Amino acid sequence: MLNYAIKRIGLAVLIIFLVMLAMYAMVFLVPGDPASLALGPRATPELKQALMESMGLDKPVYVQVWNFFRNALTGDLGYDVWSKRPVADMILEVFPQTLFLGAVALGTAVVLGIGLGCLAVLWRGSLADRLLAVLSVSMISVPSFVIAIYLLLIFAVWLGWFPAIGAGEAGNVKSQIQAVILPAAAIGITWVGYIARLVRASMLDVMGANHVRTARAFGLTERKIVLRYALRIAIIPTIAILAVGFGSILSSAVFVETVFSRPGIGSLITGAVLKRNYPVVMGAVLFMTAFYLFVVTAADLLMAYLDPRIRDVLRG
Amino acid sequence: MSELLLSVKNLSVSYDTEAGSLQALRRANLAARAGEVIGIVGESGCGKSTLASALINLLATNARVVEGSVDFNGRDILSLSAEEKRHVRGRHIAMIFQDPMTSFNPVLRLGDQLVDFQDQLDLPQREKRERACAMLARVGIPDPAYNMNRYVHELSGGMRQRVAIAAALLMTPDVLIADEPTTALDVTMEAQIIHLMRELRHDYNGAIIVITHHLGLVGELCDRVYVMYAGQVVEEGSTDDIYHNPRHPYTQALNACDPAHLEEAVATLPTIAGRLPDLVTPPQGCSFVDRCPIATTHCRNAPPAMVEVAAGHHALCHEARR
Repeated sequence: MLNYAIKRIGLAVLIIFLVMLAMYAMVFLVPGDPASLALGPRATPELKQALMESMGLDKPVYVQVWNFFRNALTGDLGYDVWSKRPVADMILEVFPQTLFLGAVALGTAVVLGIGLGCLAVLWRGSLADRLLAVLSVSMISVPSFVIAIYLLLIFAVWLGWFPAIGAGEAGNVKSQIQAVILPAAAIGITWVGYIARLVRASMLDVMGANHVRTARAFGLTERKIVLRYALRIAIIPTIAILAVGFGSILSSAVFVETVFSRPGIGSLITGAVLKRNYPVVMGAVLFMTAFYLFVVTAADLLMAYLDPRIRDVLRG
Repeated sequence: MSELLLSVKNLSVSYDTEAGSLQALRRANLAARAGEVIGIVGESGCGKSTLASALINLLATNARVVEGSVDFNGRDILSLSAEEKRHVRGRHIAMIFQDPMTSFNPVLRLGDQLVDFQDQLDLPQREKRERACAMLARVGIPDPAYNMNRYVHELSGGMRQRVAIAAALLMTPDVLIADEPTTALDVTMEAQIIHLMRELRHDYNGAIIVITHHLGLVGELCDRVYVMYAGQVVEEGSTDDIYHNPRHPYTQALNACDPAHLEEAVATLPTIAGRLPDLVTPPQGCSFVDRCPIATTHCRNAPPAMVEVAAGHHALCHEARR
């Protein structure tokens, strides 16, 4: 298990390094150097030269890559071209907002999804099961930015139940929770559908397995069979999908934070892209990549913890 | 004669399928006494697994008991409430399942499962572990304490079957059902498991019911045999009767197909020509009529009755008395 953990973490570090290389390549492939883009067409050559030097762009590319990598490892992601603030500080300032949004969205989706999935198993074959199937598929197929706009229109503009924009007053938990409900719903609804379908399928699969029959043959209670014997296996595919899906949650945060004008990594990136603020874009994307890898690695370790067969495959 | 533990009376079970109601079990009778080992033999689809499921009260959701009863301890266990059925399972009637690889939970340690299987016993957790450990040692698992901490996929096929037998014996059930206990094993392992089960016979006082399509296993283990065909018990008798003096043409054909009965090597093994009848609309007369070498018109029209051909030897055949 420890060996496996070390392998996984090593792999994650390697991936981060490759992502950094790719990002650097991207900056150089886009026409125009970052300094002239930042300063505009009327900048003097001296000013441009000074900015190039301060951004380290006058040095050979391999030195630049190395510097970026080394600085990133020590937590230094460069400085905002406009405000001169450290990018790392800007990210850490808004990241809790994105994390809160993502956690509320995903947490609700997991609870509702597993609940609906289990109900569908209990009611399998009935009208309710079929209605749940239609509902889940509709939830999966509507994109989150469409849901976001409708939610805004109905619940914020017409009904006025929730604020339309912002993240609530700082320090006021109630207003923060009110402000997070609509954007979290916009992101999470798709996942309720996914998880419900997945849990239904894997639960039905496991409940029909021979080992569940064995447990029944020994007179175990149905409750113990579902919670201890079946759910632990049925939950594994859901964890795998959630880890991968976390990437898509982060990218829907980019839309949703813009639609709801919430501060967060998503709106930080959107704003920085519009202003060609390269250090901020690169820093924020790198941070999200690292965070995503952290989540995927954690999910892999969790699956290996839950299923000894995965551990053996990885060990062997 | 020893105490009657379990008796199946006129049991008929149907499965609701898209093609109609499939009559998997038709008026089957069976009696199991303490200390007795009973064999149930027949080809695939003859109803032996349905009978086993009915005995342990785990019929599939689309199965329906049309008539009959399974009497255990003076009560019909098929008419108990779900909760009462649960208390009979494992505690009084236990089962050794066919494929030990898939019949243990893959993500829980074997020892933890063996402890869970004793849920119905009112004992402290530690004592349950000790009992499990002792039982593993009893069925010949080396280093039981170590193997308690392993998962099912880490054991060999023979070891898994030993653990499955240990699990079923843990609760000292009155009736032990072994569903194809050696089918998943190679020949060497099979011999070892048969040897183990013969050994266990001596200290076990309940009834053992062995379900198999393997006549050799029956010969090695059983006192009495029920031969099933197309959902019916077609012949019942002592193992000697069934082997050496079979009276039903199906039993005779089965014996002729057993490679152990062949006198010399042959290029192709003998088979019984024809197929099982469609059990959605079973034949009006005898079920075996289409494959039977001695069938008459009477066999086609009238269903045969069980006749006693000798003391304790019955056959479901019009021609058996001759």
